[in-house]
Amino acid sequence: MSLEILGISVLWTFLFGYVILGSIDFGAGFFNAYGIISGKQHILSKIIQRYLSPVWEVTNVFFVFFFVGIVGFFPKTAFYFGTILLVPASLAIILMAIRGSYYAFETYGTKGHKGYAFMYGISGLLVPASLSVVLAITEGGFVSIVDGNPVLDYWALFTSPLSWSIVVLALAAVLYISAVFLTWYANKAGDVDATKLMRKYALSWAVPLIIAAGGIIFELSYHNPEHFERILDLGWMFALSAILWLATVWLLWKQKNYGVSVWLLIGQFALAFYAYGISHYPYLLYPHLTIQDGFTNEAMAISLVVVFILGFILLVPSIYLLLKLFLFDKDYVEGNKKKKE
Amino acid sequence: MLFDDPVFASRLLTLLTLSFHIIYATIGVGVPLFIMIAHWLGIKKNDYHYIMMAKRWARGYLVTVAVGVVTGTIIGLQLSLLWPNFMELAGNIIALPLFMEVFAFFFEAIFLGIYSYTWDRFDQRKHFLLLIPVAIGAGCSALFITIVNSFMNAPQGFDLVDGQLVNANPLLAMFTAAMPTKVSHVLATAYMTAAFMLAAIAAYKLIKGSNHAYHKKALHMTMKIGLVFSIATALIGDFSGKYLAEYQPEKLAVAEWHFETEEAAPLLMYGILDENQEVKYAIKIPFALSILAHGNPTSEVIGLDQFPEEETAPLVTHYFFDLMVTIGVFMIVLALVYWLGTRLSWSFVKANWFRWLIVLGGPLSFLAIEAGWWMAEVGRQPWILRGIMTVDQAATSSDYVGLMFILFAALYLVLGIGTIVVLRRIFKNNPVDLELKRYEAKQGGEEK
Repeated sequence: MSLEILGISVLWTFLFGYVILGSIDFGAGFFNAYGIISGKQHILSKIIQRYLSPVWEVTNVFFVFFFVGIVGFFPKTAFYFGTILLVPASLAIILMAIRGSYYAFETYGTKGHKGYAFMYGISGLLVPASLSVVLAITEGGFVSIVDGNPVLDYWALFTSPLSWSIVVLALAAVLYISAVFLTWYANKAGDVDATKLMRKYALSWAVPLIIAAGGIIFELSYHNPEHFERILDLGWMFALSAILWLATVWLLWKQKNYGVSVWLLIGQFALAFYAYGISHYPYLLYPHLTIQDGFTNEAMAISLVVVFILGFILLVPSIYLLLKLFLFDKDYVEGNKKKKE
Repeated sequence: MLFDDPVFASRLLTLLTLSFHIIYATIGVGVPLFIMIAHWLGIKKNDYHYIMMAKRWARGYLVTVAVGVVTGTIIGLQLSLLWPNFMELAGNIIALPLFMEVFAFFFEAIFLGIYSYTWDRFDQRKHFLLLIPVAIGAGCSALFITIVNSFMNAPQGFDLVDGQLVNANPLLAMFTAAMPTKVSHVLATAYMTAAFMLAAIAAYKLIKGSNHAYHKKALHMTMKIGLVFSIATALIGDFSGKYLAEYQPEKLAVAEWHFETEEAAPLLMYGILDENQEVKYAIKIPFALSILAHGNPTSEVIGLDQFPEEETAPLVTHYFFDLMVTIGVFMIVLALVYWLGTRLSWSFVKANWFRWLIVLGGPLSFLAIEAGWWMAEVGRQPWILRGIMTVDQAATSSDYVGLMFILFAALYLVLGIGTIVVLRRIFKNNPVDLELKRYEAKQGGEEK
């Protein structure tokens, strides 16, 4: 495996981690807000709070890893994406800032304002929407080079069916991933009402998810035929992903093995996410930047990989401890242990 | 200016973000040490006051860390958004410590989360152990980020051939000449500032009529540690002067308003420039600049006359230097008087006016941190990467930086006010006297 493939694989894995953890987080915020409006808050809020409290900073770090890592492995991305993403990335980060800080203020401070919960829920949808637009930009057609500097065509982006279908997929994925996970978590906590409700949400978002995913592939056949061809070559990965999706839905339907269905869901998204990533190869930004052009020097790449491995050795046990204490600890999940003084 | 000049707007937005973030970053690096010391003293002296101190400090710390995560994420992204050309070049050579910093922070965040939510799940000693990775992670974050800043001041570890970076050596780039003094100065000032911030809170409580031993212990402990770190800061500052004289003489010269190269140079403090660029009303300390620069009262110090004007920083840098040094010295004197006063039982160290000075010391220490960074960053102008790339060459070409400035300014306002409101609420609704009483009642219950 060449170094640039190794580099992008590492980064793509971080991004995948963020997609899963972030989706759970964003979706939970939305369900919480929705619960307040529909008067079902008492069912959900405990479960959601208990999961989110200790892990939200960890979720955020996955995102930071990705954008710090990509500038390290592919410094040219700083030039291209740094210039064109000033507005969308600034907006996304401001929303994330409001979200993260208000969450913290609320959790560590005092409880409860409805307006806040509402903001929190809405921003949970706006953040993935604005971040997912970056994927549309990488498909090409929205960036031109003027005087040697990349310029983003905001209007073309805003009116493109491709960018909107990616946004829809992002939203459906956030809600589906979150609902499946919380079904399992609520079930583990022995909370029958919350399990039922989350299962209902999970099932109702399963079909929109697949339709949105199909829609993107359809749009791509017009927008970027080269990428579309490569997707067809990897059709088996997408097919496998669809089978896992079916299996997840079936288990949810039958109301059994929620734990297995979470793993199937992760498998489903991993297959689709990596298949999309592989089919995107070799471009980071169609048609301006490939991973070969954008790659850093060998010395930097090797040092980054070494640091990554060392860091990983340090982090895996730490994350394991965190999960063991908060995610897999039966008493904590059931709320038998006091969260904090 | 703000809306039609991306370079100016980028500089202004970076100034804003860094000035805001550094407050949280300093707390983030400094406070874990004090939580750790308090927790350790609590175990060692078997004094639950200290345990309570660790607990309460950790509770406030969690809020500032959360905002620090947010502002840190922002500055991380803004580096690429506002300075894309710089990051394209720098990514090739200095991405390694940036990457390491994320790991260090990750490590810290995980254990801080565990520490904060497990007061009831571990015994005191085991629980204390969780703080070690928190403090190490926080210190390493500062180490790695300051390494990046050092590189910007004294870049090395590569060759430039036709504008292309070749022969990159990422490790060499990390260990620059600027690194030892800069890293130690940042760490020492973070601990010093955290100490004086916590001391200010304790002093304020004592002024406000609480006569609780808890606050006296907190004040005493933080002032003593603050004294140690403020003296360390001054010593390291002296080394920083020697580093600058050797490697960045133009920065030293601009900070000291040292225009003519000369031997036995005096140090100027304060003063103003008149219309002929002559210094007025300054205090001249004979030989002091030569001593600061080379440790020798008669040595020659390079002045601004040795550099083309377009390659030197604005003269306002001098005031940042003055502010930083003045506050630093004031804090040493204050902490020293406090320490001597408590040892020799001078009664005035318990007087309200003296405690007010300690309260003032908290915000002043933060002002010194700000002034220090303004001096470091403005003093490096026009360079973003000294001798290699200027800020003009590095900035984005995007048209919307001015607009983003306004959005981020509003965001920081909300975050700043939010922090203050939430911190006040946390501690007001749960005053220490009450929490201690609850604790005593609980302990009493268990002993029976």
